[in-house]
Amino acid sequence: MSLAELVAGIIVVALNAYALLGGADFGGGVWDLLARGPRRERQRQLIAEAIGPVWEANHVWLILAIVLLFTCFPPAFARLGTLLHIPLSLVLIGIVLRGSAFTFWRYGGGAGGGHGSETERHWGVVFAIASLITPLLLGTTVGSIASGALGEGGRGKGEGFFQVYVGPWLTPFALSVGVFALIAFAFLAAVYLTLEAQERELQEDFRRRALGAGVALFFAALAALLLSQRWAPRVREALIFAPWAVPLHLLTAATAVTALAALWRRRWRVARVAAATQVSLILWGWALAQYPYVLPPDLPVEAAAAPAVTLRLVLAALALGALVLLPSLYYLLRIFKSRQPSEVP
Amino acid sequence: MSDLLAARSQMAVSLAFHIVFAMVGIAMPVLMVVAERRWQVTGQDVYLELARRWAKGTAILFAVGAVSGTVLSFELGLLWPEFMRFAGPIIGMPFSLEGFAFFTEAIFLGVYLYGWERISRRAHLAAGVLVAVSGGLSGIFVVIANAWMNTPTGFELVAGRAVNVDPLAAMANPAALPQAVHMALAAYAATGLGVAGIHAFLLLKDPSNAFHRRALVIALLVGGPAAVLQPVAGDFAARHVARHQPTKLAAAEALFETTAPAPLVLGGWPDVAARRTRGAIEIPYGLSLLAFHDPRAEVKGLDVVPRDEWPNVPIVHFAFQLMVALGTYMALVALWAGWRGWRGKDLAHDRRLMRALALATPMGFIATEAGWVVTEVGRQPWVIYGVLKTADAVTPMPGLIVPFLTFTLLYCFLGAIVSWLLYRQIIRSPRVTE
Ligand code: HDD
Ligand code: HEM
Ligand code: HEM
Repeated sequence: MSLAELVAGIIVVALNAYALLGGADFGGGVWDLLARGPRRERQRQLIAEAIGPVWEANHVWLILAIVLLFTCFPPAFARLGTLLHIPLSLVLIGIVLRGSAFTFWRYGGGAGGGHGSETERHWGVVFAIASLITPLLLGTTVGSIASGALGEGGRGKGEGFFQVYVGPWLTPFALSVGVFALIAFAFLAAVYLTLEAQERELQEDFRRRALGAGVALFFAALAALLLSQRWAPRVREALIFAPWAVPLHLLTAATAVTALAALWRRRWRVARVAAATQVSLILWGWALAQYPYVLPPDLPVEAAAAPAVTLRLVLAALALGALVLLPSLYYLLRIFKSRQPSEVP
Repeated sequence: MSDLLAARSQMAVSLAFHIVFAMVGIAMPVLMVVAERRWQVTGQDVYLELARRWAKGTAILFAVGAVSGTVLSFELGLLWPEFMRFAGPIIGMPFSLEGFAFFTEAIFLGVYLYGWERISRRAHLAAGVLVAVSGGLSGIFVVIANAWMNTPTGFELVAGRAVNVDPLAAMANPAALPQAVHMALAAYAATGLGVAGIHAFLLLKDPSNAFHRRALVIALLVGGPAAVLQPVAGDFAARHVARHQPTKLAAAEALFETTAPAPLVLGGWPDVAARRTRGAIEIPYGLSLLAFHDPRAEVKGLDVVPRDEWPNVPIVHFAFQLMVALGTYMALVALWAGWRGWRGKDLAHDRRLMRALALATPMGFIATEAGWVVTEVGRQPWVIYGVLKTADAVTPMPGLIVPFLTFTLLYCFLGAIVSWLLYRQIIRSPRVTE
């Protein structure tokens, strides 16, 4: 494996962590929006408590991926920033609104107001809607990368504003990947929340949601696959004919079935592991399918890579950083995500 | 508005917004940790109350800092793809290190804010210390990246491309040290005096409130020394600028002609067309002394570069004067408070001092914004000094006024909300008598 491939792999690892951790925080927002029934307020409370201590740390995975991308693959970053200016700007607005609305919602009340007051609910709504739009557009950008629409020397799909700045991402396939991402995040969140919930009834609420989302995820994947035929033939080709394709699909299917079965039988921990594995496998499937390209069809990893000194230094920094980061993360998750019943600040 | 101007304005608005929260994120953890430690040592509950309330405010500000920082890291590509294509491999290093500093900061802030009941006192305090350290480090790393834009090193330019890239040499660029020191002090001075000012204002009404009295002392201990040192660090920065970026210094001082010895120009309005500054007070030898510590030294004027490589002189000059004026005021107030405290006087009952401190509340933040205007506008038309013009770095995307206005509105909205939330929190301060 070359240095550049190693860094590219680490970027996918960071994206994977972001999907599993940050993604689930977005998913929590979706369930906040869809909170229903007699336990509506308690569902929202649970979501907020689950997200509170960790969302900022979860969010940094995205920043790590971006920083590694612009340090180690600057041409790819430049092209992404140019051609996907519009969806990425919208993603940013979503990120800003989600993070700040969540904080205002949780902390604004403490200075008075009281929980459940009118203004607080407004923030809750902003938080929830931003949680809906951001994953949708993030998925769309992934879809547009996978479809090879950012190629042709980075000129988009031809001449004119629409062709260059809108055409590459406003395709049925890219949008279907967006929908897929949204459902996947919601699925993860629901699965995790069955573990977070301390009460039987809440667990059941999220079990039902998780099962529903799991089934929806299957159909979203199917839709994306069908659309890829026309819009992302290269990736589809790899996903079907590459030597690793069949084992990967079998494994993904196995984890998907395991997740659903475990939910059915209320084995929450098994469900969590299976669901996280399933989403990770899908992400790696995408990465492998477009290998050796950062941006298919014409920007391969090697050609896009920064000079070897930079890569080597970044890898050294990553190794050092991991020494600090991994124990710290473990500590954070142990404090807040171990299942001991907890009182809340 | 041209696309280039829109892009520059969007970048400037985003940075000016972010920097406020970043500074609070650097300095507030120090205040919290000191308060918490005082509680552990003295057992007085008022200190715990203080640490918790500060933590609550910090949580709001930190979240806004984190999301606005994310916007910035994307904007580097959204607005300046050509800059990043060139500079990414050279200065990505400090950004990557910064990424890890953020990680540590975000993780331990989560532990600190939500962990009061879950971990031991000692572990809780340690989490606070880690937040403070990593906050300081992230500020330093990002400023190193910015310093490189001012004094680029660590590569060779061959036919418009960077070869022989050396990221470590890029990090060790000449502006890195003076800028990092000056910025770190700015964060502590602005936040420390800002917090002190708020509590001083409340003490004017209620001078025996123990809560505000304790808060005032802690904030002054953090902000005061930094405010006193800041003019020294500023002089250090200015001497570097005089050597490495003579046009920026010339613009800051509104010095049109190369002069020896050069006077210090206070105030006045630079008339760029006539190449002279009207209505200014001139202190003979002043600039030569300050910039080179030699009354006869020659100081380069704007005439050393062609007219189209001048930055906007009035803006840079005005921003510089503003920063220095505010810095002088802050240092004097900090000295005054320090002197009164050292003499064992009761600060809170000194109404004149309290008024002077209350007046200083926003000054550090304003000085910082002004300082960044000097740094960034003073570097124009270059985005990487002497290497890449801003106009060549901008994205080809048209209609940039739309994202500029959108983000500006978003930030105005957020700024208003944050101010309101903090205001509500501040007016609900507890009544604790001695
Ligand atoms: C509390 C804030 C604060 C205060 C009181 C001062 N400054 Fe400052 N100054 C900054 C906050 C700041 C800053 C925002 O942090 C800058 C922007 C870039 C940097 O590294 O620091 C800056 C930049 C900056 C620069 C440009 C550096 C460069 O472009 O490389 C110079 C020459 C000075 N300052 C000089 C001074 C002097 C002589 C001061 C005398 C009182 C002073 N500053 C007070
Ligand atoms: C690592 C740190 C920084 C980087 C990489 C950076 C980068 C840039 C870039 C690429 C631009 C656009 C080109 C230009 O007009 O010069 C810019 C402009 C600007 N930045 Fe910075 N900047 C940094 C720090 C800051 C900070 C913290 C502030 C202030 C709060 C700031 C204030 C500005 C302003 C005011 C402009 C507009 C300049 C003009 O309109 O002429 N910068 N910066
Ligand atoms: C181009 C310039 C900049 C970029 C790209 C940038 C990027 C970021 C990002 C991505 C975050 C979020 C990290 C998290 O999630 O915790 C952040 C936060 C932060 N930034 Fe910036 N930043 C820039 C300028 C600055 C400057 C000039 C300073 C300091 C002087 C600074 C200091 C901080 C600090 C201390 C935080 C921690 C969060 C907080 O305390 O609010 N940044 N920045």
